[in-house]
Amino acid sequence: MSSSYSNYTNSPCAACKFLRRRCTSDCVFAPYFPPEEPTKFANVHRIFGASNVSKILHEVAPHQREDAVNSLAYEAEARLKDPVYGCVGAISVLQRQVLKLQRELEETNADLMRYASCLGGETTSAYGGRRG
Amino acid sequence: MAKMSFAHREPQNPKVSSSFTRSNLLLFLGERDISRKVIKEKMASSSTNSPCAACKFLRRKCQPECVFAPYFPPDQPQKFANVHKVFGASNVTKLLNELHPSQREDAVNSLAYEADMRLRDPVYGCVGVISLLQHQLRQLQIDLSCAKSELSKYQSLGILAATHQSLGINLLAGAAADGTTTATVRDHHFHHHQFFPREQMFGGLDVPASNNYDGGILAIGQITQFQQPRAAAGDDGRRTVDPS
Repeated sequence: MSSSYSNYTNSPCAACKFLRRRCTSDCVFAPYFPPEEPTKFANVHRIFGASNVSKILHEVAPHQREDAVNSLAYEAEARLKDPVYGCVGAISVLQRQVLKLQRELEETNADLMRYASCLGGETTSAYGGRRG
Repeated sequence: MAKMSFAHREPQNPKVSSSFTRSNLLLFLGERDISRKVIKEKMASSSTNSPCAACKFLRRKCQPECVFAPYFPPDQPQKFANVHKVFGASNVTKLLNELHPSQREDAVNSLAYEADMRLRDPVYGCVGVISLLQHQLRQLQIDLSCAKSELSKYQSLGILAATHQSLGINLLAGAAADGTTTATVRDHHFHHHQFFPREQMFGGLDVPASNNYDGGILAIGQITQFQQPRAAAGDDGRRTVDPS
């Protein structure tokens, strides 16, 4: 990742730029907050705070940190756009859609079964009619 | 809210089950209906020397004007503890102060839900739930499309049969003889949703821009795709799906 080299080329990561501190070689934020994406850290900082993000990153395995940061950034952005519900609003919408489609699927399957049994009945009678 | 039945194999590392997320979201939605009288009672309790959960946690005196008191009752200590751990007290205070008092209860409950999800799944949090729901939605759309396609075949067959019967021609014997239609119904009817392994969870996160949520949510829109975790195998997690 090119962002991981930012601290080697004297270019502080977005987090250290925001926090106005020296970006050291072991900066936990540097690989995930490149300097060209300042808003990402600004959002995450505003909602979660730098120390909480740092704690979360230290709790997860290194290969999971990128996903953790990106999910935090997503939640932060959602919360800034919708301060009342954040991404929980999206969950609610999706759940309603899932329920609606489930009902539709149940109804369609019920219709299918009705047709299948009707055809089975007619077939029997059709076979019976031909023999008779 | 109806229960979804999952005839699927359990994820290898289930951190958040769909039934938990549904029940917790129901709890969140149910808490929105708490009457204003109850909130007033909660506010009154803070002035009767019973500190709210936040002030108990922060070990400070709970003032009558405490912003947390109406929403963090002393009998729910875990709620504030979780929110504090994920968001921090000062961030929550700022968020609440930016909102109208009528919106604060919903905001606190959604923060509590997000914090709970994040603590259960430190990597993906609520985003994991969104991804799971999007996968379910995709699968349901496929299933529904197949079912409707079968239904339309049956309906055409039904019309043809009715027409030919009236003309004294028997078509149904032919359809039944090759057995495909009834077999397809049997096979299709029991098509279950397959659970999407966590490792393959991230495709594009298209969040629907629906207006039917009575909370007046904003459309979040498509965001940057997550990189597929290195442990993933097989499936291409980078597909973008339009849930509409």
